[in-house]
Amino acid sequence: MSETVTFRVQRFKQGDPASHYDTFQESTDPRTTVLDVLTRIRRVEDPTLTLRHSCFHASCGTCGMKVNGREVLACVTNVRELGTDEVVVQPLDNAPLVSDLVVDMGPFYARFNAIDRPLVRESELVPGSHPAEGIPHAERYEDCIECGICLSACPIAATDPEYLGPAALAAADRLREEPRGQQVPPALRLADDPHGAWRCHVAFECSEACPSNVDPAGHIMSLRRSLIGRRWRALRGEPVGAER
Amino acid sequence: MTDRAVTRDADPRPSPGVPLSARRRGVAGWVDVRGRRLGGVAFILNRITGLGVLFYLYLHLVVLSQLAVGPSAWDSLLKNWFLNPVFLVLDVVLLAGLLIHGLNGIRVALVGLGLVVSRQKALLGAFGTIGAIVLLIGTLMFISHGG
Repeated sequence: MSETVTFRVQRFKQGDPASHYDTFQESTDPRTTVLDVLTRIRRVEDPTLTLRHSCFHASCGTCGMKVNGREVLACVTNVRELGTDEVVVQPLDNAPLVSDLVVDMGPFYARFNAIDRPLVRESELVPGSHPAEGIPHAERYEDCIECGICLSACPIAATDPEYLGPAALAAADRLREEPRGQQVPPALRLADDPHGAWRCHVAFECSEACPSNVDPAGHIMSLRRSLIGRRWRALRGEPVGAER
Repeated sequence: MTDRAVTRDADPRPSPGVPLSARRRGVAGWVDVRGRRLGGVAFILNRITGLGVLFYLYLHLVVLSQLAVGPSAWDSLLKNWFLNPVFLVLDVVLLAGLLIHGLNGIRVALVGLGLVVSRQKALLGAFGTIGAIVLLIGTLMFISHGG
C-alpha cells in the first residue's frame, strides 16, 4: 500500500552563499529505497538535483549520503524502515561539497590509494563456491567499497583535515595482515603519524556506520598494537620486522 | 619515493572551485549528537567532561586558597556555600563528570592500545553500569551529609 513521505533534500550549487532544503512529497511502497525516491525526483520533478549512484545494490559505494542524520548507502536504505514521516537527506560530511548530494571524493581516494593495498584477497575465498567453467577459482575482493561513509561519520575528521581517515588506516592494516607482494613499511610509516592511527579517539562511529562490515576502528586498533610492537622492538634494538 | 612524498600525495587539495571549508564540520562535528551511536556519545561526553574537570581543577585551587586566609574563612565557606543544596547538586554533577571521564578514559586507553577491541561495547556497558552505581551511592552520601 502506497504511503506519502516528505523528503527534505539539502541543495547547494557552486556560487550559492549557503545550502538550503527543498521539500518533496513522495509516494512510497514497502520496498521503496531512498535512492529510488531521489532518482524519481531527479527524473520527474527536478532534473537539477545531482547525486551519485551506480549499482543499486551496495557494491559500488557511490550513493553514500546522510539520511535522517546517519551515513548510509541510499540504495539499500528502505524508506519505510526509517520509521519517520519526514526523511532528511544530506551529503556526506568532511568532504568538499560539489553540488547538492555530491561531494568531491578526490581527497578520500588519494588517501586510500596512498596505502596501495591490493584489491583481491588471498585469504577467505568464498567457501563452497562453484566458479563457472573456465574460471579457475573464485576471487574474494576486499570488503571496503570506498564509499567515504566512515570519514563522514568520524568526529576526528571533522576537525583534522590531515587525518588519514578510517578507510585508509583499515587498508593499511589489511596490507599488514596480507601484503600480497606489496611493500608494507611505507604504509605503516604513513599510519604511524600524529594524523594517522594515533589520531583516532575510539568513537567507533566508522565501524558502526560502515555498510560493508570492514570494521575500520577495529583495524585501526590492530594497527596500533602492531605499531607499538614495532616501536618496542626498535627500543630494545631488535629487528623491527617488515610487517608485524 | 619518500614517506613524506607519500603523505603529500595523500593530501591533495580539492579541484579549483570546490569549497573545502564548506564541508568540514569543525567542533560542531564533535558535539552534534544527532545520528551518533553510543561510542560517538561517549566521545562527546569525554570532551565535555574533560573541559569541565579542567575548569573544576582551577576552581578547586581557588577555593583551597581560602585555607591560607585562616580556619574561620574556611569554616564559613563550608557552612555558607558547600552545604548549600545547590552546591550538593553541583557535587553530584562533578562526580558524574569524573566518573564519565575516568571510566571512559580507561576504556579508550585499553582499546586504544589494541586490547579488548572486540569487547569494547561490552566494556562501555560495564563501565557505564559501574559508573551509574557509584554515582547513585555518591548521590545518597551527598544527600545524607547535606541533610
